[in-house]
Amino acid sequence: MVATATSTLLTSSFLPCQGLRVSTRSLQWRKNETNCTRKAGSRIITAKLELRPPPYSMNALEPHMSRKTLEYHWGKHHRGYVENLNKQIMGTELDGMTLEDIIIVSYNKGDLLPAFNNAAQIWNHDFFWESMKPGGGGNPSGDLLELIDRDFGSFEGFVKEFKSAASTQFGSGWAWLAYKANRLDVGNAVNPRPSDEDKKLVVVKSHNAVNPLVWDYSPLLTIDVWEHAYYLDFQNKRADYISIFMEKLVSWEAVSSRFEMAKARAAEREREEERRREEEEEQSANGEPVEMYLDSSDTDASEAE
Amino acid sequence: MALRTLTRKTLGGVGLGFQQLRGLQTFSLPDLPYDYGALEPAISGEIMQLHHQKHHQTYITNYNKALEQLEDAMNKGDSSTVVKLQSAIKFNGGGHINHSIFWKNLASVHEGGGEPPKGSLGWAVDTNFGSLEALVQKMGAEGAALQGSGWVWLGVDKELKKLVIETTANQDPLVTKGPTLVPLIGIDVWEHAYYLQYKNVRPDYLKNIWKVINWKYASEVYEKECP
Repeated sequence: MVATATSTLLTSSFLPCQGLRVSTRSLQWRKNETNCTRKAGSRIITAKLELRPPPYSMNALEPHMSRKTLEYHWGKHHRGYVENLNKQIMGTELDGMTLEDIIIVSYNKGDLLPAFNNAAQIWNHDFFWESMKPGGGGNPSGDLLELIDRDFGSFEGFVKEFKSAASTQFGSGWAWLAYKANRLDVGNAVNPRPSDEDKKLVVVKSHNAVNPLVWDYSPLLTIDVWEHAYYLDFQNKRADYISIFMEKLVSWEAVSSRFEMAKARAAEREREEERRREEEEEQSANGEPVEMYLDSSDTDASEAE
Repeated sequence: MALRTLTRKTLGGVGLGFQQLRGLQTFSLPDLPYDYGALEPAISGEIMQLHHQKHHQTYITNYNKALEQLEDAMNKGDSSTVVKLQSAIKFNGGGHINHSIFWKNLASVHEGGGEPPKGSLGWAVDTNFGSLEALVQKMGAEGAALQGSGWVWLGVDKELKKLVIETTANQDPLVTKGPTLVPLIGIDVWEHAYYLQYKNVRPDYLKNIWKVINWKYASEVYEKECP
């Protein structure tokens, strides 16, 4: 998503500014830069997310996914999420943030804030269109295929699991292939022997707008199993839709390139953690106390005395 | 097609066709009390046929399967499987319950569909919501705001004797929102209920469906709970 800014007041000087970041571990899927302008002295930032078109025309996926479906699915549903999110976040703290940050913030650890549905659905649909291509289907290759074989037994094994997830997601939702780097996320606890075995491919399903970003996984492939995704073309026959998706639509190029980025990100994170560990060891070697995590209750107790 | 018993018993006022099979009661698709095209133009015949013959039938098929597996697991004392089957029973059993109510909530215009409620229910609607228009508006708003798949309900709290508007997700029956809640009118807002006709414009579906809502049935249920 590209965010463009609009200024609501007339002024003299405009300063460029960064999109607000909430987490130090911001996920960079594409270069989602928020371009916004800050009015000197008035602190009003507005940014508008735009509807990004699929990387092919509305009829390019025929006969497997009809032009009519694309026109409604992208032109109405996806567009609706964008327009509604823009209205929803205008003037709030979410305004000006990147889409991924809006998703994480509004996910709110599962206690969803109102913007989550629209924000996540925008992201999910962008990801979905780019997961397909005209003349898609076929098989993955290279490192990706190797890891599929390792984690699912075979490509057929993966397809079976993916189809099962997609067809058993009850109600509205999505099925995903994701790359998961198993890291312990507890202060003071460290995976004593991190290895490549900890990082693996998984098939997961999610309901409504939830996506694996909120679990800190790297999504690689998705299929939309909300009924609006297939009802015009397949009516109730979701299984047929899923099969056609796998056989004729999946863009393994897109999946592979996402996989490469996910691996690179995981490697970078490991290096960062390694650096941090080495710093801590240095500190304790120098006799400096290592930072301990205190319970808030400990501090309260000591204050009460 | 499952065999149907010659006598049809109704459970709690809702026509849930069932039969005995090896001691376990399983279920079959209830007939619609009208033709598929009878609710046009509010709901198309194409939708009614798919909704009834495919979606509802699938819930029943899967519900029966889950019940058989449950009986088996219970007999073996296989707690793992018993617990694992709960979601399939909720989804599919709920789907059967909800759709059985839904077909009774609808009637062709000739058979009184769309006619406002009279008697005690009509009075209760005015008391609880101000007017029928207000009720329709509120249910429309709740139904439109429901994210994903689910139902919007007009129910009666049989203890408090009050009308309530509630939504449930997926195929959760109204009783999951409160053990004293009895469904009077349920409107299916899963996309399969309207997509072929209304596409993404769920609010139009929620507005038009009132033209074929069967208030007579709702009154019967209400008067039973609030005599």
